[in-house]
Amino acid sequence: MQQTTANLQKHFAQQPWGLWWVQTWRLTRMEIRRNLFSWRASWIYFIAFIPAIIILTHLLMDSHPSSAMREDTDILAAIVQFYYIRLAIFFGCLGIFSRLIRGEMIERSLHFYLLSPVRREVLLLGKFAAGSISALLLFGAAIIADFALSYVGFGAAGRDYFFNGPGLGQLEGYLGIVVLACLGYGAVFLLLSMMFRNPTPAAMLVWGWEVINPLLPSLLQRVSVAFYLRHLMPVGVAGKGIFALLTVQTEPVSGWAATLGLLVLIAVVLFYSCYRIRTLEIRYTTE
Amino acid sequence: MKDQIIFENVSKFYGEVLGVNRISLAIPSGVTALVGPNGSGKTTLLNLMTGLVQPSSGHISVLGLSPGSATEFFSNVGYCTQFDSFPRGITGWQFIFDSLMLHGMSKAEAARLTRESLERVQLGDAANRRIAGYSKGMRQKTRLAQAIAHHPRVLVLDEPLNGLDPMARAESIALFEELGRQGMHLLISSHILDEVDRISDRVVLITGGYLIAEGNIHQVRQEVREKPMQVFIRCDHPEVLASKMFAINHCVEARLHADGGGLLLRTGDIDQFYSALNAIAAEGLVKIEAVAPADDDANAIYQYLIGSDGSAL
Repeated sequence: MQQTTANLQKHFAQQPWGLWWVQTWRLTRMEIRRNLFSWRASWIYFIAFIPAIIILTHLLMDSHPSSAMREDTDILAAIVQFYYIRLAIFFGCLGIFSRLIRGEMIERSLHFYLLSPVRREVLLLGKFAAGSISALLLFGAAIIADFALSYVGFGAAGRDYFFNGPGLGQLEGYLGIVVLACLGYGAVFLLLSMMFRNPTPAAMLVWGWEVINPLLPSLLQRVSVAFYLRHLMPVGVAGKGIFALLTVQTEPVSGWAATLGLLVLIAVVLFYSCYRIRTLEIRYTTE
Repeated sequence: MKDQIIFENVSKFYGEVLGVNRISLAIPSGVTALVGPNGSGKTTLLNLMTGLVQPSSGHISVLGLSPGSATEFFSNVGYCTQFDSFPRGITGWQFIFDSLMLHGMSKAEAARLTRESLERVQLGDAANRRIAGYSKGMRQKTRLAQAIAHHPRVLVLDEPLNGLDPMARAESIALFEELGRQGMHLLISSHILDEVDRISDRVVLITGGYLIAEGNIHQVRQEVREKPMQVFIRCDHPEVLASKMFAINHCVEARLHADGGGLLLRTGDIDQFYSALNAIAAEGLVKIEAVAPADDDANAIYQYLIGSDGSAL
């Protein structure tokens, strides 16, 4: 046992970690440049910032008495839970992460990466990091803009809510949810894009799964990104009408358990993705 | 073994479709031409060698390295593929610079090697233009520049002369010759046999996924015994030489050259042929000025072994 441990330690110490770090960082920078500064990303900018435009319109057109702050807080929570998590981040990540491997195969440029002196696992993790940072920059900025625009109209009361009240904590909570949502959906879509020539039908199945998740048995609920995110929401959303289906109260999970559960899910998916990319073949004619 | 490219009983099947079957090869340094008709398995063989596809069975090693150890392998191997596509919105400079940065080198070193490789393929002036605006020949040169930029020990070129104008072809061939002289392993797959033939030391013939022949071009030609070899001889009395040669039973055909100053002979036994020619020259009846094999090249070998329709004979 000690011998095995010593061998493993020696093996790990011999790996070129420094080079892998440099390669990951450089690959990530290149990919972020391609993800964010391209016309093809314009629809993701649109879905990320459309609520900010609507909130801005509300800010300019409507009055903001202090009594309306509670209502606006609930609306913002609903926007995050129903729009960002279930739609914008979901489809934005589908666009960003499915392009990383499958998109390169469709454009017939993936072989340049596979012919570079970069381990395939490093390549996959570098691309995942780039996709995650791109999605986080977009959706994180959008949430901050939404939050600022929601409370700036309330003047001193809004500032007080943000700096002395629960505002700052709520923003941190939303940003934490965005981070986990981008990582979670990103890992899933990266894997789907390696498993399927067209990952969209599989992504729609995942979306359907996420929608009906609250109605599933307790064990199955845990195989879901939205399940964990719902338990991390800083402001609860009371569903009415059709939204009641989306806000079914499920078995409570503590914040740390939800975060840990999601991180384990992400790690498992990435681990399997690393295995898949080891055996990935370039056959553009079948794309 | 560590200075050769080794294929050990390598097969690749795409489902039920054969890519290559039981290929065993040992390729030393120098220039090797990979020759075969379309769909014969040339690109599959190169993709197997560089890990873009995995073998169904068998083992491949390049200078003792396997594509699985990407860091070491691709520091030593450059592959100019046939795929005419690039990452979007990128300039020639950026494309090569980015790929060099993934080697872990400094920015200054990557910039120096980028400049050097672009100049080597005569693309320095267009370096800062987007690749999307390049001609087909310029894109081909860009791929070549990227493959050689990091000074690999093994250079794999899949149809590297496609899309190049005659001038660019000549420049590329000169570059390949230079790289071959420097001791690099060059494996070139090409249809342009006349030009590849000039620089190749060896030939690997493949058709239908099967290896037909491999080795030194002259040796391979001599092994094709069912096809008499052609020899062109310049001399002062070709008709006398023809009659003398026809007395020897292995000489099957003689054709006088139009200018009356030479003849083309076909013989089934080249060794006996040269012995007889020496004897005739020694008799002094014919003054021989020059002797040259007329079908001792990759093109002829291709025609004899594979046939113009691409089916192995």
